[in-house]
Amino acid sequence: MRRLNDLKLQKIKNNDESFDKLKKNSDSKGNNNSINKISTTLNLLCDVDTLRSLIKENKVRVVDVRKNDDYLKGHVPTAICLPLAELLSDDSPESIINILNNLGISDNTPVVVYDDTFGALASRVAWSFKFVGHKDVSLLEVTYSGWKNLGLEIEQKSNSFDKSSHSLNMDYSIYADASYVENANNDKKKVIIDSRERLNFLSEHIPNSKNIPYTMIRSEDSILRKPSELKRFLENRGIDFNSEIITYCGSVGTLSGLVFFALKAAGVPNVKLYPKSFKEWKSLGKSKIEFKDANYWDLSAE
Amino acid sequence: MLLSKKIYGLQYHNNILESSVDSDILSSSKKNDLNFENWGLIEESEYFANKVKLFRQDQLNADEFRRFRLQNGAYGSRLNSDFSMIRIKVPGGDITPEQMEKIANLAESFSIGSAHVSTRQNIQLHWVQLEDVSEVVRGLAEGGLTSREACGNTIRNVMCSHFAGVCSNEPFDTTIYAKAVAKFFLRNPMCQNLPRKFKFNFACCSEHGLVRIADVGLVPAIQDGIRGFRIYLGGGLGAASFIGHLLEEFTPESRLLSTCMSTIRVYDRLGNRENPARNRMRYLVNEMGWIKFQALLLKERDIVEATTSIPTKNVFESTLKIENNGNSLSSLSDNKKTTTLPLINSENIQTAYERWLNTNVIAQKQSGYYGVSITLGAGDITSNQLRVLAESIREFSEERKARTTPQQNFFIRYIKSESIPKLFAKLSSIGLGNPGANTIVSPVGCSGTTSCNLAITNSHRLAKEIQSKFLELNYDMDKDLRTSTIKISGCPNSCGQHEVATVGFYGGAARLGNSMAPIYTMLFAGSTGENGELGKVVMRVPAKRIIDVVLKIIECYKEEKNDNETMHDWISKISVGRGNGKIQNLEDIKKILAPVIKLPSFSENPDSYKDYGSDSNFIAKTARGECAA
Repeated sequence: MRRLNDLKLQKIKNNDESFDKLKKNSDSKGNNNSINKISTTLNLLCDVDTLRSLIKENKVRVVDVRKNDDYLKGHVPTAICLPLAELLSDDSPESIINILNNLGISDNTPVVVYDDTFGALASRVAWSFKFVGHKDVSLLEVTYSGWKNLGLEIEQKSNSFDKSSHSLNMDYSIYADASYVENANNDKKKVIIDSRERLNFLSEHIPNSKNIPYTMIRSEDSILRKPSELKRFLENRGIDFNSEIITYCGSVGTLSGLVFFALKAAGVPNVKLYPKSFKEWKSLGKSKIEFKDANYWDLSAE
Repeated sequence: MLLSKKIYGLQYHNNILESSVDSDILSSSKKNDLNFENWGLIEESEYFANKVKLFRQDQLNADEFRRFRLQNGAYGSRLNSDFSMIRIKVPGGDITPEQMEKIANLAESFSIGSAHVSTRQNIQLHWVQLEDVSEVVRGLAEGGLTSREACGNTIRNVMCSHFAGVCSNEPFDTTIYAKAVAKFFLRNPMCQNLPRKFKFNFACCSEHGLVRIADVGLVPAIQDGIRGFRIYLGGGLGAASFIGHLLEEFTPESRLLSTCMSTIRVYDRLGNRENPARNRMRYLVNEMGWIKFQALLLKERDIVEATTSIPTKNVFESTLKIENNGNSLSSLSDNKKTTTLPLINSENIQTAYERWLNTNVIAQKQSGYYGVSITLGAGDITSNQLRVLAESIREFSEERKARTTPQQNFFIRYIKSESIPKLFAKLSSIGLGNPGANTIVSPVGCSGTTSCNLAITNSHRLAKEIQSKFLELNYDMDKDLRTSTIKISGCPNSCGQHEVATVGFYGGAARLGNSMAPIYTMLFAGSTGENGELGKVVMRVPAKRIIDVVLKIIECYKEEKNDNETMHDWISKISVGRGNGKIQNLEDIKKILAPVIKLPSFSENPDSYKDYGSDSNFIAKTARGECAA
């Protein structure tokens, strides 16, 4: 990993000159209210170099989903602050559209989201944007710490942009609720994925679900492994790429949000997120599988 | 080397997936030109993944698949065969920081975020989904490691005393011999389908090693200027345990390979393949009688020596040479005077650092260098702790490596005295600075009901409960208690090595009144080393009474002890009926302990009938063991 970072650093340094120019540009302009004309759509995962050039060209809206305090201490240049908690406090479609508008994101604005929690919080936000119909959203491949460790530029000023007007165009193909999951339970063409850690899965899980812990899908220097690796994990599990996959986790759909993007990156076309996840499932008294024949929690060295 | 070629293919006669991988894996001769320290083989990952798919598609029957799975180091997890325990071999216990980081990542990705040091110097990953085992195998191979033949009926991890190379009393460093034996037999067709598992143990001196409880135990010796070994055969722990027999007064280095090969050949030919409960080599030795076995073996060795090809011999000897040349640190000048371990015996301990120094740091024979034990809890270490440990090794150990120990700890060596405080600070920052490694406060505990099919009780948790209690009581600072050991197994099969502890326990179940309760059989006065002896059964103790029972034993000892008598000495003495106070023998102490082991009635205290780590009533649940598959 160290060697890889060094290489990256080298590459990034070569770009530094142009970045300084960009900084001067954006500094002189102050708060910007429009994104330059868009020509490309982002990949699911946005690499560091791509983001830096997009920022340079003023072609992207960067969303920082950490707490406001952390944002003020330093963030990726031009990033705006949207703490996940703020989005979750009301994640109705109308509220999400409202948020998009307040952040100055219109239908065609490319958005790159990042966090400092291995991509899980960013995923939940990115998924919400997709859910209400924003098509061009991507996760930054590194966390904020990763960005800083690469020695990349950060800034402390609070950014804000002129309000936009985003249309509401719900994409229910990426959404599942409890009754949907319950029906999927006995459908052989649908696969339910539990994204929590192994011991939580062993303790209790939705019947017939398979476990892909969120810890499995990241690499040392990226929030997601290479697509070929993710693909192999699914193939090892005998999962048909043409089946519909529903992901869930503990409570609000963060870990499973990340697995949602991992599955997309692996090339599964039809993935849904059950955002209310196991917390709601249990509160509704739905059936679950528990495994009580071993004291596996005692293996923990914490 | 391929004289035992008849075995070839027995294990792998399934031809559903006939690919080049098959032959690659079996042609051991091809492996010998690989880098000596590389135990892995990346093709085995894909091969495993394919076998899992075939098994899931019902194209491979369960028995056949299980044999294959075990040969590749994956046990079925407790009462849930969708998950596996992967046993990573650490040959000679020798591991690099890079390998530790690899294991940290694999534990986080595919296991439960922590790894576990076993009593046979393996590192185990628990609750790995069967479908991910191939990924772990791949990761291990990338790090030069393997789980190949870590389970199954073959040569298991070759152990070596973690003091080898630094022990003041050793005639020479045995590590290279342990690794050469490991390398020679790994993936070797002659040991792919033995009657049962087979274990090697190399000591550094007559004190440090488990040589009497291994199939082959080797103690280094020098005779007339020639390196060699005292080799013990046919020892082993289990439902019936035996102490190994000395083959001959001295086996020169030049006969090491032929002695190992002939032992395996005799065992392979004559070992019991019918009764899974009696198929370890120790039963063969016992049934045949040592004298007859010994004669047969020496004769077999002559045949092996007359027929082993020079290239085969070279395979073994070249690995010895490579290692000998590569080890520059071992040529550091030896500290001639013999030091007793641990080095620092401060009577006046003020700080946490001094307390740790007191039990965890020893002087090496190389003057100016120290070895440091990392105290774990029953072998558990998190991924983050592994990473910090790896960094510490790179930063402070001139050897830049670590050893796993049979006490389920890590041992880092070649630390300069000025680095010790810095090392302690770094270890403490992540909870690795506990004192008491290798003492009574750090009991050994197998995985028990946390993951093992055979376990009856939660020995793992019990070991950790005792550790936190005894640390609280500062028992590591009591030099009388320090040399005593506690070792706990969750069933009679001895993975926790309970028979070679000062006080040992193995788990069972009993009906007490109208309720079932977890109960342990307690043994006294077992010991390791060349003069190691098996413990003697004392009595049965309910799980929840064990801590009180040990406390009572300590109290008795304190009252009865002679001047410089350690608890281990005292327990050994009363075990053979030679006590000279109120307590003369085991019957006397049983009488004293009888009231302590009594449980209140179930209605009075239902908790005391439950096992550690469990809220529900105790039920003894086990599944078929896979050792004998």
